[in-house]
Amino acid sequence: MLKKQIPLAITFITGVIIVITFFIPHPPFGRLQQDALTWYSVIFGFTMLLGVDSLVRFHYRKLRRREKGWWFSIIFYGGFLLSFITGVVSEVRFGDAFKIGSSFMYFYNTILIPLQSTMFALLAFFIASASYRAFRARNIDATFLLVTAVIVMLGRVPVGYMLWHKLPNLTSWILNVLQLGPMRGIMIGIALGTVAMSLRLILGIERTYLS
Amino acid sequence: MILFILFSTITVKAFDTPNDGGGSITIKAYNVPETVKKALVYRKTEGDTTYTFAGVMSILSYRYVDANSTIKNGKPYYYRVDFYFPDTVISVESDSPGIAYAQWYDKTKTSSLIFLIVFSTLVLVFIQLAKKDPEGLYIRKIPALDAIDEAVGRSTELGKPTFFVHGLLGITDAGTLAALTILRRVAKKVAEYDTPILVTNFDPIVMTASQETVKQAYTEAGRPDAYNEKNIIYLTYEQFGYTAGVDGLMVREKPGAIFLQGYFFAESLILAETGHSVGAIQIAGTTAKEQLPFFVAACDYVLIGEEMLAASSYIGREPVMLGSVKGADWGKAFLMGVIGIGVVLGTVGAILQSAGNGALMNVFEKILAFF
Repeated sequence: MLKKQIPLAITFITGVIIVITFFIPHPPFGRLQQDALTWYSVIFGFTMLLGVDSLVRFHYRKLRRREKGWWFSIIFYGGFLLSFITGVVSEVRFGDAFKIGSSFMYFYNTILIPLQSTMFALLAFFIASASYRAFRARNIDATFLLVTAVIVMLGRVPVGYMLWHKLPNLTSWILNVLQLGPMRGIMIGIALGTVAMSLRLILGIERTYLS
Repeated sequence: MILFILFSTITVKAFDTPNDGGGSITIKAYNVPETVKKALVYRKTEGDTTYTFAGVMSILSYRYVDANSTIKNGKPYYYRVDFYFPDTVISVESDSPGIAYAQWYDKTKTSSLIFLIVFSTLVLVFIQLAKKDPEGLYIRKIPALDAIDEAVGRSTELGKPTFFVHGLLGITDAGTLAALTILRRVAKKVAEYDTPILVTNFDPIVMTASQETVKQAYTEAGRPDAYNEKNIIYLTYEQFGYTAGVDGLMVREKPGAIFLQGYFFAESLILAETGHSVGAIQIAGTTAKEQLPFFVAACDYVLIGEEMLAASSYIGREPVMLGSVKGADWGKAFLMGVIGIGVVLGTVGAILQSAGNGALMNVFEKILAFF
């Protein structure tokens, strides 16, 4: 009973206070939202330990059972230990692990950033494959999509202007009128849905997060 | 003499910055000639013999907000602004001291307050109506939510695991909370069909909530023994590290069904295309409007924006929850009405203004300024 009621009471009180503080700038109300975010950051810091524990255990299980791709777990442990040790050493030596010239930043700049860039670069190939499937003219709707996409893509590059000098204007019209209206409709729907969900949470109607 | 008359028209006013929590004074200059190159603000308070530099005033708005941490509420502060002309510098002192106060109500948020009251009233009224007449509520079909059973069933038939991939925002995001609702439904089905599930998390708080959600779902399905906490894993707090981790798991484990739920950024298509390449049935849901086209292109079913937020009401089918959805719909209708009135007022106002009558346009602009 208390397992449900106490979290519901905390949610209600916190929710109401946060809503009120949105309209009252006077101290202490004006600062409460910021304070709540600070508390969230503190809680987040502790749960990060749970996250690391989960990750370490997951890879340990893979290694112990020699599951498919188990040797990737060795790379994980290597990367984890390297980041941890260089992070601690850099923090002690420079006072900030992210200081230019620290060993942590060296590995961050020379390994992590190129890896992230590589992953991001894959997006170009995935856009090509997804576009190929999406733009196949299977029916009238897909044909409209194909034609519109071709106009927009051509209108954004110089060759489109060369083909027809009004093509960039047509592209702008598609983006600013045809596309923007429905997009704003979706945005309004999301905003109202979020408010409705927040109300359900504050009033204790929505309880799925409690489990 | 002419210069003196010109400069003597400049006035500087210092006043409490409105609608704030105090500790701030606004300095505004009036009748400033366009030839001013820069304007520097100086401050002193009671007991000070000289002014100290406070900041640079914008020469576009001729306004400077002094929110220095030394500003105390209720204490008078005197200001001087030095206006730099091409050939001279003119100093103008504020006609009266500025005193900072904290306000109890932010007037700029009145429109939000009105909307909050109207919207909350509508939602509460429809919740009450739903309690009285549970049969009178209708919610349209949402194919992506209906397809959850189909996706988990297919995964079971193929003997493959089901993947649930959380988005990149934390537990404070409404989309993440909605994703947890969907996870509960998926986990319950997975428990009933005795299929493995793997839940990947970007945020450790979401991971903890996911573990509780899945545990509860397994208990509801009568299979608490089958619950394995190690199947709800945290990957990393790096965007593309998370993407690489999830993609790697997809390629190695080859899941039969993939649920991409939450708020995604540039990684949305990378995840969805990888899922498609391993032949999984994919159900995506996001409140990130920029990522919707990618999911529509690459996934089998998509929960578009508010559909995701209505998931708990749709899945639970509780009258009170459905009532809140209906209330939100009426809130939308109210907003559409306000937008419609605004469009008519603005259009007619512009037509009348071009014909020489600007009264209606003035009304429209005042309404616009209010919002």
